[in-house]
Amino acid sequence: MTTTIDPAEVAKFEAMAAEWWDPAGKFKPLHEMNPCRLDYITSQIAAEFDRDLREERPFAGLRLLDIGCGGGLLSEPMARLGADVVGADAAPRNIPVAQLHAEQSGLMIDYRNCTAESLVEAGEQFDVVLNMEVVEHVADPLAYLTACQHLLRPGGLMICSTLNRNAKSFAMAIVGAEYVMRWLPKGTHDWKKFITPTELYDLIRRAGLDPVDRKGMVFNPIGWSWSLSVRDLSVNYVTASVKR
Amino acid sequence: MDNPARTTIFNPMMPDTDILIAGGGLNGPALALALAQGGLSVTVVDSRPAPARAEAGFDGRAYALALASQRLLAVTGVWPRIAASQPILKIKASDGIAGQGPSPFFLGFDSAELEEGPMGYMVEDRHLYAAFLAAMQADPRITLLSGETVVAQEPQPQAITVTLASGRQITARLLVGCDGRTSGTAARAGIKRTGWGYGQTALVTAIHHEKDHEGTAQQFFMPSGPLAILPLPGGHHSSIVWSESDATAQAIQSLPDAEYLDALRPRFGDYLGAITLAGARFTYPLNLTLANAFIAPRVALVGDAAHGVHPIAGQGLNLGLRDVAALAQTLIEARRRGDDIGSPVTLDAYQRWRRFDSTTLALGMDTVNRLFSNNNPLLRAGRDLGLGLVGALPGLRRHFMRQAAGLSGDLPRLLAGQKI
Repeated sequence: MTTTIDPAEVAKFEAMAAEWWDPAGKFKPLHEMNPCRLDYITSQIAAEFDRDLREERPFAGLRLLDIGCGGGLLSEPMARLGADVVGADAAPRNIPVAQLHAEQSGLMIDYRNCTAESLVEAGEQFDVVLNMEVVEHVADPLAYLTACQHLLRPGGLMICSTLNRNAKSFAMAIVGAEYVMRWLPKGTHDWKKFITPTELYDLIRRAGLDPVDRKGMVFNPIGWSWSLSVRDLSVNYVTASVKR
Repeated sequence: MDNPARTTIFNPMMPDTDILIAGGGLNGPALALALAQGGLSVTVVDSRPAPARAEAGFDGRAYALALASQRLLAVTGVWPRIAASQPILKIKASDGIAGQGPSPFFLGFDSAELEEGPMGYMVEDRHLYAAFLAAMQADPRITLLSGETVVAQEPQPQAITVTLASGRQITARLLVGCDGRTSGTAARAGIKRTGWGYGQTALVTAIHHEKDHEGTAQQFFMPSGPLAILPLPGGHHSSIVWSESDATAQAIQSLPDAEYLDALRPRFGDYLGAITLAGARFTYPLNLTLANAFIAPRVALVGDAAHGVHPIAGQGLNLGLRDVAALAQTLIEARRRGDDIGSPVTLDAYQRWRRFDSTTLALGMDTVNRLFSNNNPLLRAGRDLGLGLVGALPGLRRHFMRQAAGLSGDLPRLLAGQKI
């Protein structure tokens, strides 16, 4: 099995696996950010595949891959909306945590301890690939994004989010989130691996996909909530790309 | 590919209903209708037998619905089912001493200054409840369990199991307490309350008057408490909310009808001509009660269960409907993004949206009431000047009018007249 996962990165997340579903625990910021990420993901899928989110199971018939699924914070909502979900994670301990929780939620999700590259080797194909906060943790982003491209059917959609690389993102994501607020364990992120929106668009194109949309995800400390921004991509941002 | 058999396989894990609402008064049905419209399944547990209030004659109780509340009822399909309503075209607030009539300075609000139209509507309790009941019966997503009460609730990580007095058990994603200021839902969830009384009691009734009210609502701020005269449909009936100290109110309530009217007349004045009683007489002790939290695991509180306010200007129901609109929007949006509708993150969003607004409004009502229920001549002069000043400044007056109409603050979509 070839892999682009950096083994040191996997070990860090594995240590946190049991904490995934505690909204007041270590993943509190991810739980708080999740509604904003889901708003983007659901509206992009609805637009690309002409689905009405007011329906009961609007994503019925769509096969979706959640890479770096962790405890299933994105896989479960996608399954609830009717998608046929495969959740993939390179950390083995995340899989039983995610499986157990999905069962408690009355959802059927195919969680696998595997990488994007191994799914390509197995010939798996998807309508949607969710690639959220993963690309900044991989050793070779271009090889990884190319694997994502191979996993998409023609007309398929990839949602990819990551962290921008500039002085503000260093201050917010590393100093702020990891050291001052203690939102994330120290060492969660390696700032040098952060990618600017221009670099990401370039990587996505070289991987064989067409970037079609990008938005910033901005935290408002007064309302204590995240929202999407057309202009502010300075720290967290998310993109949508299609396979023509 | 999507496999329809999965729903069957996992049925034992699925709750019986998305939302279980404890309390079938007014906020409960309003919330049920808004949620059902958004695609959620709802079960309403109501302690009364179903037709009890629907077939009732006029009993004197009526609500002043703010414009924003009327919009919510219009969007949820309740408004067209209401048999009769009276638009509130003008509001006059003035300071007065019993027997002396209103002071020369008074505050006047005219709906002609507000581009949205009437500032609110008066609706009788019997018509409002009948409309809610008919709308609920017409919605297949709503199950109404009448003559039932919740006696126990047990939250689990993914759902909540509720036990009814009959022994029946129902599981839901979320339990919403619309069960009033003595909310059992809140008590069972371990939510404590802060509250205080005013030593005042509201006397509530309806009167018939000789002259047409022309859609004008009057509020006299008396030393003992406010007297509100609210216009009912037809032009010659008004609803009376009259606050007095507890002892005085009890004494007045025990009087025969003729003497009750004799006590009311000097406070009321003669601007509407001769008056007679036109409804039953009710008393409500006034107190303020705030729940220390509006949420608990798999539980949310709405209306008086979260914040019981002094019923000045009908803000109790209007405030409750703001909770309804905010909670419905929070839950429906959570469902549409695939989120768990009863998760702590979802409930937190509701609490953050409503808690500040309702707490400030509750305390604001309290301050207004205390300020105006005072006989100190200096305070009276300040009040007269303050009211006169507000009346003289159109911008400030419009601000107060918009607030009374429920059009200020971070407005949920239903209150702006939009579907979620």
